[in-house]
Amino acid sequence: MRRASHTTWAVCTAAVVLAAAGCGGSGTGAARGSVFSASWSDPQNPLEPANTNEVQGGKVLDMIFRGLKRYDPRTGRAMDMLAQRIDTTDSQHFRITLRDGWTFSNGEKVTARSFVDAWNYGASLKNNQKNAYFFGYIDGYDKVHPESGAQSAGTLSGLKVVDDRTFTVRLNQKFSSFPDTLGYAAFAPLPRAFFTDHAAWLAKPVGNGPYTIDSYTRGFQMALRKWGAYPGADKARNDGVNLMVYTDNNTAYTDLLAGNLDLVDDVPAAQLKNVRSDLDGRYINSPAGIIQTLAFPYYDKDWSRPGAEKVRTGLSMAINRRQITETIFRNTRTPATDWTSPVLGAEGGHQAGLCGRACDYDPAGARKLVQEGGGLPGGQVTITYNADSGSHREWVDAVCNSINNALGNDKACIGNPVGTFADFRNQIGRHRMTGPFRSGWQMDYPLIQNFLQPLYYTNASSNDGKWSDKGFDRLVDRANAETDTRRSVATFQQAERVVRDQMAAVPLWYQNGSAGYSQRLSHVALNPFSVPVYNEIKAG
Amino acid sequence: MGRYVVRRLLQMIPVFVGATLLIFLMVNVMGDPVAGLCGERQCDPATAARLKRDLGLDKPVWQQYLTYMGKVFTGDFGTAFNGQPVTELMATAFPVTVRLTIVAILFEVVVGIALGVLTGLRRGRPVDTGVLLATLVVISVPTFVTGLLLQLLLGVAWGWIRPSVSPAAAFGELIVPGLVLASVSLAYVTRLTRTSLAENRRSDYVRTAIAKGLPPHRVITRHLLRNSLIPVVTFIGADIGALMGGAIVTERIFNIHGVGYQLYQGIVRQNTQTVVGFVTVLVLVFLIANLLVDLLYAVLDPRIRYA
Repeated sequence: MRRASHTTWAVCTAAVVLAAAGCGGSGTGAARGSVFSASWSDPQNPLEPANTNEVQGGKVLDMIFRGLKRYDPRTGRAMDMLAQRIDTTDSQHFRITLRDGWTFSNGEKVTARSFVDAWNYGASLKNNQKNAYFFGYIDGYDKVHPESGAQSAGTLSGLKVVDDRTFTVRLNQKFSSFPDTLGYAAFAPLPRAFFTDHAAWLAKPVGNGPYTIDSYTRGFQMALRKWGAYPGADKARNDGVNLMVYTDNNTAYTDLLAGNLDLVDDVPAAQLKNVRSDLDGRYINSPAGIIQTLAFPYYDKDWSRPGAEKVRTGLSMAINRRQITETIFRNTRTPATDWTSPVLGAEGGHQAGLCGRACDYDPAGARKLVQEGGGLPGGQVTITYNADSGSHREWVDAVCNSINNALGNDKACIGNPVGTFADFRNQIGRHRMTGPFRSGWQMDYPLIQNFLQPLYYTNASSNDGKWSDKGFDRLVDRANAETDTRRSVATFQQAERVVRDQMAAVPLWYQNGSAGYSQRLSHVALNPFSVPVYNEIKAG
Repeated sequence: MGRYVVRRLLQMIPVFVGATLLIFLMVNVMGDPVAGLCGERQCDPATAARLKRDLGLDKPVWQQYLTYMGKVFTGDFGTAFNGQPVTELMATAFPVTVRLTIVAILFEVVVGIALGVLTGLRRGRPVDTGVLLATLVVISVPTFVTGLLLQLLLGVAWGWIRPSVSPAAAFGELIVPGLVLASVSLAYVTRLTRTSLAENRRSDYVRTAIAKGLPPHRVITRHLLRNSLIPVVTFIGADIGALMGGAIVTERIFNIHGVGYQLYQGIVRQNTQTVVGFVTVLVLVFLIANLLVDLLYAVLDPRIRYA
């Protein structure tokens, strides 16, 4: 016994000593100077502005690009960035004037053409850009991006360059908040190099933001450095950021604890209960523009028949949101009381409590409504979700438990996990859902329009349940045409009440962004898109 | 010997075709990969149709398979969804995983066989019981528990190692992950060696060698060990393939961007090209490792001849 343990120990010690010697040599850990390291995941698509539709690629674009507008990291308000003026008299024809003095980091001037070329590229069907539909309001989109068949034009007829610093946009319908959507990454300007040497640009993207890309090893890391000659007011307050790719956010968190990483912007759910003591308060938990809902398949007769709205409302009242957000999410999510997000603010259209009693936990009321509505279709609801990410399994089980308890029926609700996100989306796309399914929405830009139109307008891009209501559509059209912002927002809220009365989707909770950081960093904050505001971080 | 090798190589062809076809079909059954590309929304139908055409997904499966295999033989493994050629992914992933596998195999060979010899020669003694007990514990504890525990203890609590492996993934950094990866197999190697050795100790040729007056260390290394290693070599040979493909858990824990990482991402993103490409190479590794094992038999045991 004694000998064996001696041998084992000798082996282990040798291993550890060797390992320690090994890592002493490689210096890729916490970076020196005021350069810091942050966690990252491999972006799913090539880093083209109009092709990046997820947060990880979005992070980089936010650092290396500045568009006509930028969303204030604190308030989420759209502020002029490269745009000096955006003029319109009818909410359909816009004249955009650029500020002088902006260049790309390779020295090229940012001109009206940089925008028009970039938008034409993004909209054109032949470039396979996944955010192409963002240009759908611009006149001529149906020619460059027809729903079927070949495209009959190469460029959008609604875009015209007037001179170096001016261009005009003609929309195919009135859309008063169009200027406020221009802060989205898809609307970023692109330098000529993007078109002339595309492969080289993709290997090392060049933009006009406060950072430049120093080196990029795909799938491993990206080193961004401060661009000294950046002309904007939001200069980087650190020398640079090294984004390190982590496969598992648990490893990133462990690395943060061990001092090898400075910033983690996704604290794993399992660590939430000890994060405050682990990090000694260096933890942020702030609202983000994300809402989680349960959507319904309206292509299924059971859910579209008259009276089903009572069943849906009953289900909503059977969910104890407060308890679930407290116990499972440790208050990193807040019970939802409308269909938008608190980051919009009251002026932006968020109205706490708009859902009213329909979102309050009320088992007796739930039972009564479900009964009045004709009972659960088939006596049971299944909640479909993808089990490969997030902590979806935990909350779906909790929601089902809550429904079962409220309705006094052990078999009222069961979860139906799908292996991968891709397969989940696949089944939704093929209309295979028979009951409620998980639906999450992360806003593209902080407008109430973005929380309603893409999700509930007839045949909209993210209207997965195919909900359709003429009254809602009319109100949204009216709100979009409204030139006065206050009245526009009020009309959108009216449309939101239609969603409530029909209970088109059950709002569950607003999601927060969370981040943890090392002692070296200060001034860490998350913007409403739950992305760290890298340029404001100071590193010691 | 030469004819034997040629025959074995020819046998690989149907195995290779069958294995890749199976993988191809399995990945296809998982459904439409384009659906997951547009986040929480439907890809617009025009873009989805174009993507499918570009990826060749609009053709029937058998045609997709033939086109794919045709390209594979010219060295083109297709393109991953992020725009990188799969061969480029392989060029970054395989060296890392090969290094990790080498470390793991070294642990198995050196530590595993040494412990096996030690216990095999001292059967029933406390050292034997102790090691047996230890291997039982190692076998019954799942790899991710060992991995996370070592990472937390050595990386965070004591600060001896970095909890994650840097992109360079040098040999030195891979020692702890390699140990974790090897742990279960190491325990098996110990037990296999021990049993095999204990059995052969009683055989005639060992008695003869001792009777000849050979020194004990020579009896053990030249006669006893050489013969006893045949099952162990079989096990380690098969393990090479298993370690390379099965490192997903270990690679995730230590953030190693090797084959396991690429396979995991390929599966989650339903990226047919990545998954089939990597598995194809793994199938080849398996086949070649098995051939080498069979050839090694002849080296270890002169009685075994191939014609």
